Amino acid sequence: MVEFALPKNSRISGGKTWPKPPAATETREFRVYRWNPDDGKNPSIDTFYIDTAECGPMVLDGLIWIKNNIDPTLTFRRSCREGVCGSCAMNIDGQNTLACTRSMHDVKDGAVKVNPLPHQPVVKDLVPDLTNFYAQYASIEPWLKTTTPTPQKEWKQSHEDREKLDGLYECILCACCSTSCPSYWWNSDRFLGPAALLQATRWVKDSRDEATGERLDNLEDPFRLYRCHTIMNCAKACPKGLNPSQAIAELKLKMVERQI
Amino acid sequence: MGRTWPRKPLKSLMTTRIERPLSPHLQTYRWTLTMALSIIHRATGVALYFGTLLLAWWLIAAASGPGAYANVQAFTGSFIGRLIVFGYTWALLHHLLSGLRHLVWDLGYGFKASEREALSWGALIGGIALTLLVWIVAYTVGGGR
Repeated sequence: MVEFALPKNSRISGGKTWPKPPAATETREFRVYRWNPDDGKNPSIDTFYIDTAECGPMVLDGLIWIKNNIDPTLTFRRSCREGVCGSCAMNIDGQNTLACTRSMHDVKDGAVKVNPLPHQPVVKDLVPDLTNFYAQYASIEPWLKTTTPTPQKEWKQSHEDREKLDGLYECILCACCSTSCPSYWWNSDRFLGPAALLQATRWVKDSRDEATGERLDNLEDPFRLYRCHTIMNCAKACPKGLNPSQAIAELKLKMVERQI
Repeated sequence: MGRTWPRKPLKSLMTTRIERPLSPHLQTYRWTLTMALSIIHRATGVALYFGTLLLAWWLIAAASGPGAYANVQAFTGSFIGRLIVFGYTWALLHHLLSGLRHLVWDLGYGFKASEREALSWGALIGGIALTLLVWIVAYTVGGGR
């Protein structure tokens, strides 16, 4: 449902400004969303100053520096630190991206503002609860479905057919796209969102898959697929440079084509 | 053997349901051109419903007789009336161009970053330019009547 304002318990109030590191000659200001499930307070924005001489260039480096040097309770997900795992997806400077591949020096004006992925329940600080997102991914049944008997060796695919999966298989399920989509904000209970739909396209276009009709039937729904209004925030946000809006357009075309 | 995990879950952990806050969305997301155009497309679409009522009023008045028609003319001749008709012209032309943009996308084209931005700027600037053109022509031909 469309609700522009945040619920009462989610409104941001106050926040702590942590002292500047005394020995630092050059600092960068970070404004980070904080919420602690144990203190019963509303979310707040804390201000930190990191010592840029002591810290790597990426926003993730900054967050780790804060955790190591200022506040060890700062909570966020991270793992590979090179844009492969998708764990550190968050909203940086008003856009969803990976903290590990986004340089803090590319954030132009003033403070680096860091928020959790938009319109998600917050577990703690920058950690969103992505249960719904994963359930939607599972709902498109992301595996090879066949009816013909399994071949002796592998399911074969020509080079040309394999190329059709380029721009789709690279998705790391970081949720940057889905949580950037206003349509997903308002209807995430029924609209599958860009990430799950891009993956649906990946299986619909796979030459080895034999459940194309069934997959399209599953998407033929005013909400699941057709809540996409080509707003294109997804394509702009994707840290892997993929284009979910284009994948969704292909799905819509396939829906029409099979009726002719 | 060492301690085993308690068979019964800790009551305090299992029964208190945490009221999780919703992370900020519109409040923090940086506006994108395509995002703005999407909501403008919706808004102009809604405005067109009211504009169509205006158009219907004008047609009905024209069919009813000189008295009724003069009423409409008095309204559309007033400053507020002119402003509304001007807004209707823009809503119509913007919605038309923006709709063509959606047609291109629905056919599967124009998804590259450069194309997406060009189409959106085109609809925005084109809509304003065409509106001005229509009014300049209208004032030149009609002489401000």
